[in-house]
This record gives sequence, C-alpha cells and structure tokens, in this order.
Amino acid sequence: MGKMIQIQPVTRIEGHSRVVVELDDGGNVSDARFHVFALRGFEMFCQGRPVEEMPRIVNRICGICPWNHHLASVKATDAVFGVTPPPAAVKLRRLAQHMAYIPDKLLHFYFLAAPDFVLGPDCDPSTRNVIGIAKANPELARKVVRMRQSAAMMLEEWLGKVIHPVAAVTGGFSRPLLEKEREKFLEGYKEQLEFAKFTIAFAREEVFPKYTEAVESLGVIKTGFIGTVTEDGTHDIYDGKLRLMKPDGSYDDFSYEQYTDHIGEHIEAWTYPKMPFAKKWASGEFSLDLDEPKGIYRSNALARINVCDKIGTPEAQKELDLFREKYGRPTQLTLLYHWARLIELVNNCETVIQLLEDPEITSREIRSDVQVKAGRGVGCVEAPRGTLIHDYTADENGLISSVNLIVGTTHNQAPINMSVKKAAQDLIHGGEYDQGVLNRIEMAIRAYDP
Amino acid sequence: MADEKLRVAMFWGAACGGCDVALLDIHEHILDVIEVADIIFWPCAMDFKFKDVEAMPDEHLDLTFYNGAIRNSENEHIAKLLRQKSKLMAAFGSCSHMGGIPGLGNFHDRKSIFETAYLNTKSTHNPDKVFPRTEFEVPEGKLTLPEIYDTVKTLNQTVPVDYFIPGCPPNPEQIWIVIQAVASGKLPPKGSTVGASDKALCDECPRKKTELKFKQFKRRHLVHPDPEVCFMEQGIVCLGAATRAGCGWRCIQSNMPCRGCYGPLPNARDQGAKMLTAIASHIDSEDPEEVERILDTLPDPAGYFYRFGLPLSLLHRRQRRNA
Repeated sequence: MGKMIQIQPVTRIEGHSRVVVELDDGGNVSDARFHVFALRGFEMFCQGRPVEEMPRIVNRICGICPWNHHLASVKATDAVFGVTPPPAAVKLRRLAQHMAYIPDKLLHFYFLAAPDFVLGPDCDPSTRNVIGIAKANPELARKVVRMRQSAAMMLEEWLGKVIHPVAAVTGGFSRPLLEKEREKFLEGYKEQLEFAKFTIAFAREEVFPKYTEAVESLGVIKTGFIGTVTEDGTHDIYDGKLRLMKPDGSYDDFSYEQYTDHIGEHIEAWTYPKMPFAKKWASGEFSLDLDEPKGIYRSNALARINVCDKIGTPEAQKELDLFREKYGRPTQLTLLYHWARLIELVNNCETVIQLLEDPEITSREIRSDVQVKAGRGVGCVEAPRGTLIHDYTADENGLISSVNLIVGTTHNQAPINMSVKKAAQDLIHGGEYDQGVLNRIEMAIRAYDP
Repeated sequence: MADEKLRVAMFWGAACGGCDVALLDIHEHILDVIEVADIIFWPCAMDFKFKDVEAMPDEHLDLTFYNGAIRNSENEHIAKLLRQKSKLMAAFGSCSHMGGIPGLGNFHDRKSIFETAYLNTKSTHNPDKVFPRTEFEVPEGKLTLPEIYDTVKTLNQTVPVDYFIPGCPPNPEQIWIVIQAVASGKLPPKGSTVGASDKALCDECPRKKTELKFKQFKRRHLVHPDPEVCFMEQGIVCLGAATRAGCGWRCIQSNMPCRGCYGPLPNARDQGAKMLTAIASHIDSEDPEEVERILDTLPDPAGYFYRFGLPLSLLHRRQRRNA
C-alpha cells in the first residue's frame, strides 16, 4: 500500500478543488488528480426560464468573468429568436467584452500569479500572496491597485452593475455610450495601454527569464488547442468561428452550431466537472495518458495565441511576433499561459481605444425588435479562461426547454489533470517533498487560471 | 483591540467567485484593511489550507465572511468549522443569505441535476452511464468527493449567523461601510442585516411613478422601455417593491428592472409572496377572469419572484414525492 498526499484547498484559483498525489511503495508518483467539487446544476435549473432572462442568470456561472457569460448568453438568445442586433450594439458589446478583460488580466497576473514569481515558489506560504507583494514592492502594488480600480470604475460608470452585469439585452444593448463618457474613457484607456505595455515588458524582461527552467518543464504536456478566430484567422474574443488545433498545428475551423460534431464531454467518477475532448481525433477515444493522450485539447489565452494566425492590433502583434520567434507555434509550455495572457491584455487596451475612436460607438441605434418564437441558438465568446459555448433550445413561448453549456475552464479539466500529474512525477522522488514542491504543483494549475 | 489586529477569514460555499471580486473591488481600501486586519484564510487569494484552520483555537477568528450557498457536504463541513473558529460569522452575498441563483436548484433534486448534466446534455458522451461518486477506490487507497445534496440551504439554515450582508454581489461601497463598522466596533445588534437599507428599492428609485395600473405584462426584450419611467408602469416586472434597497440601483441605471438580489424587506420573510401581493394590487381589473388572463401574460412567475431566494422562502423547495 502506497501513500496519498493531499493539497486542499488548491489556493489562488477560483473554485473548490483538491489535489491528490498517489505514491507507490518506493515513494514515486503512480498517479495524481485534480478533483473539483462544484456542481450547481445550471443545465437543469435554467429549464423553464424565459430565454431573455438567461443573460442575467448564467452570468452567475462565474463571478470572475460574468461579462463573458453574459455576452455568450445574449448571443445565444439572439440566435434562438433569429434577431440581428444593430451594428452599434455589436460594437458596444465588443467594447464591454474587451473592457471587462482588462481588470481580470491585472487581477490574475498581479494578485494571483505574481506571488509565485516575484516572491518565489518556496517562500513562506503565509506571505505568498498579494499582501506579500504589497509589502515587498509597495509602489508597484499601489500602481496596480489604482490601474485595476480605474479599469473597473470606467466599466461601472458606463454600465452600472459590473459584477453580474445586466446591460446586454436580446436584440442589442440596454444603454448607449454617451459622448462625454467616450472622451473620458479614451484618456483612461490610453493610460491602461501604457500600463499594459509596462506589464508585459516587466514580465518578459524581469520575471520569466528567472524561471526559464520552470517554463520549459513545469506541467508541460502535449495537447491540442481551441480558440476563436475571424474568417481570415485573426485572434478574436467576441465573434468568429471556432478553431480546434491538433498538437501538430493542423486544425479544423467550424461554426458555433457545429460544435457537437467536434467536441464530446467525457465523465470521470472522481470529479464533478465533465472533460470535453476532441471526438474526431484518435477514433473518438479519450485518454489522460501523459505519453499518449487521446482527444485532449486546451483553452484559455495560450490556446487562443496558438490557434490564431495574427492579432488585429499593432502593439499586440509585435508581442506575438516576439513570442513566436522564441517559442514557435503551437507551443506546449504550460507556464507560457501567463505570457499569452499579457499579449491579450495589450490587445484589449488597443481594441478598446480603436472602438472608442469609432464614430458609430455613440449611436443611439442599439436595439432591434424581437419576436418570441421556438428555436435553438448557440452563442459563443472567449472568456479569459476559455471558449464559452451556450446552447439553448426554447419552446413557442420563449421558455427554455434545454441548455447545454461548455464553459472556460471546463475545457481545461483534462489537461490540468495531466499537468498536475506531470509536475508531481517530475518533482517528487523517493517520497521526498516539501511545501515548495507542493506549491509548484499548484503553480502548474494556476497557469490555467481555473 | 487597539494594539491587536483583527483576524478575518473569507470563504466560499456554492458560489461563483463574484463576492470575492466584490471584496477586492473596495480597491485602494484593501490597503487600509491590511493595516487593521490580518486576513488569515481566503482561498482565492492566499495559500492558507484547511489544516491551518483546523489548527486554530476556537473563536480565533474575529470575523468570517462566508459567501456561497450550502450545496454539498464540503460547504457544510467548512461552514461548521469556520463557525467554531469565529467570534462573528457574516453571511456575505445572496447565496449564503438566501440561496442565490444556485438556490434555483431547489426546483429540482440531485437525481435530476445529475441526469441532466451527465446523461441528457447534447455534447455528453457517456455510454457507460458513469456518475461522479463520493468514494472511488485506487490502489493507494480511497479518493473522495463531497456529497451533493438534494436541497440547497442558506448559511443560517446550517450554522447560526450573526450578520447578513445582502446582494449578488454586495455593492463594494456597502462592503467598505461594513468593514469600517467592524474595525471601529460599531456593529448593530447580532442578527441584523448590514450593508443595506431598511427601505424598499421602490422608495429610493429615481424613476417617475404616476399611476401604477396595468392590463398586461410585457417581457423586457420585446419593448423599448422609457428610461425615466417606473418599469411596472410600463408592464415590465421589477422586484423593487419587494426588495431591500442599498444596491445603489445599478440595474435600474442600466435600464434593466430589479430581480431582487438584495432580498426581502425587514419583517417580510417571503419576498415572492410580497411581490405577488404588490402586483395583485395594481392589476387594472375587477373581473376575476380578466385578472387571470392578465396574470397569464407573465411567464415563469416562480423564476421571477424566487430568482435569488427560493431556499430562504417559505416554499424552500419544490415539494418532493415519496419514492
């Protein structure tokens, strides 16, 4: 009989989970798992709700990324009722989507991930957090808090409720952008862009070079990737087609409605979330085997950066070029999620500025008329944590009869398990480990920002 | 208290993480908080583990903010553990206060939730009908998962709660007011709702009200509501009459009606019943058949009136048939 090491709860991530590392008689890792405890039952209790209420219910799937669920959902409701929002409403939704990414990226990089890199993976766990960062570097901490506040406040000033938003409505948007808000925000987001450029340069030059060995090994596995791109293959977080890339870099592109042809969800008895897999690969088989995984793909920033051919804004494209020059495409290095996230942060700031400079953004034509009817609609956007797929079917009264949800980190359940096992196998030998080793296993999880 | 810092914990049950972000959204005040308080358990932001909490003496924590509903045995176990370790326990946010959105699960039970999630959804591939289990044997021993309960409970239905902070999530400005009250020792009597008003949202709403009478409900997405006029006067269901104020009417400001996340008014335990009474008094008809026809224009009344509060309500859950 071997031994089991437990890490619980896994910390500096969203949600409830435990890592269990199973050791054999020699103290080497025979298996390791990432168990997730939550099941709230959205696919059940959304049934019977009016379709148009869904964007105000399913945003509660995730309070870190409620905007993305809100927007994926409203797109699904448009599709159910067969309505096309006016162009200005689409721009406002896109603006909200990019605006909402910015505080999220700052939160993850500085508050959740940075303690491992700035203070070090082995430091005293009681100080390994954002307060530790604030004590070690008060000036930077103050700046981060101020920039995150500014980003969150602009969204709030425009749209009121920012955690569990209400502003997107079937057929369009509930509130226009006023000219005085446009002018004020433009100044604010120019400052955000400067800070984003500072952040990625800081990470690229001062943080990651210290951890080259960890970047090249920690939790590294071989998988495919999923993300959204426009018709010409440009990175896009609001709209486009889904691209599912194999580990060798070849890919299939498909429309939202076709997702069931490409993605299945596998169930393991030891964790509550399902494990999505690419069902056209490996004859439809599923395996978490590290040497020969089957059907496994990843989502979130690194996946999007891998699947896109290019990025639509100049500063972010420069960063993508630097990244690809160093790591190629696709790269499998798990810790590079942190870097990919910051490339997107630059793109978010640039895109917000582009949208605010678009004269149509202050248009008052932001709602199309809607008729209630029966139908099915699939709405997708990219959340920071990955592709959101919201699939609703409604009866003739516009009440939900079935819901299928594949969301953000759910796509990453299988690969997180593989990265945990890989990290544990590489780090624990002969039964020897300390808190720094266990924290490194958690770092492999945090890269996915689950 | 003056020379010793407060010891504080923040934990989540069945939740979305939005309450934790709302706490961070007090922004630069978080730097003031760490001057007066040591946060010694907060899983989403810090590396303290369950073993650290288990090792604390009883009542070691001055205050625990518990967000999230009680959906499974882990939520319950940690709620009890933190209650034992805390002098004061506050239900933070709609889910722990009254069940929240996860409380809609009380229209169903574990079996139907499992069958939907693991068998009957479009992309589920489960030929062997595998379901997650609370115990799972591996060569090295036994792996466990918490048990998902049939019924979602509020925190106060699980352990005694000292203070209630409503909202999905609580408004950060209100959170800061509560934290200042804690730091200065100026909390109201135990059992109070804090970080909210005692008035109804309607009483604070800036929209124009003239004569509240209607002959038909209208669904929000089918109309272009006047942003200056009371939603109910426009036939759109708004829970402002049955809901506590204190949120800063941020939904109303975006031209969207209230869905009740701040919970029932003082002395009105059942928010849905209160709302139904409010609606009934404003239907513009005396004819019972016409009243019924008007009520029929409102789809899914249970889903509107108990959007956030089914577990706290007198209904608590859909009645269960004996197996």
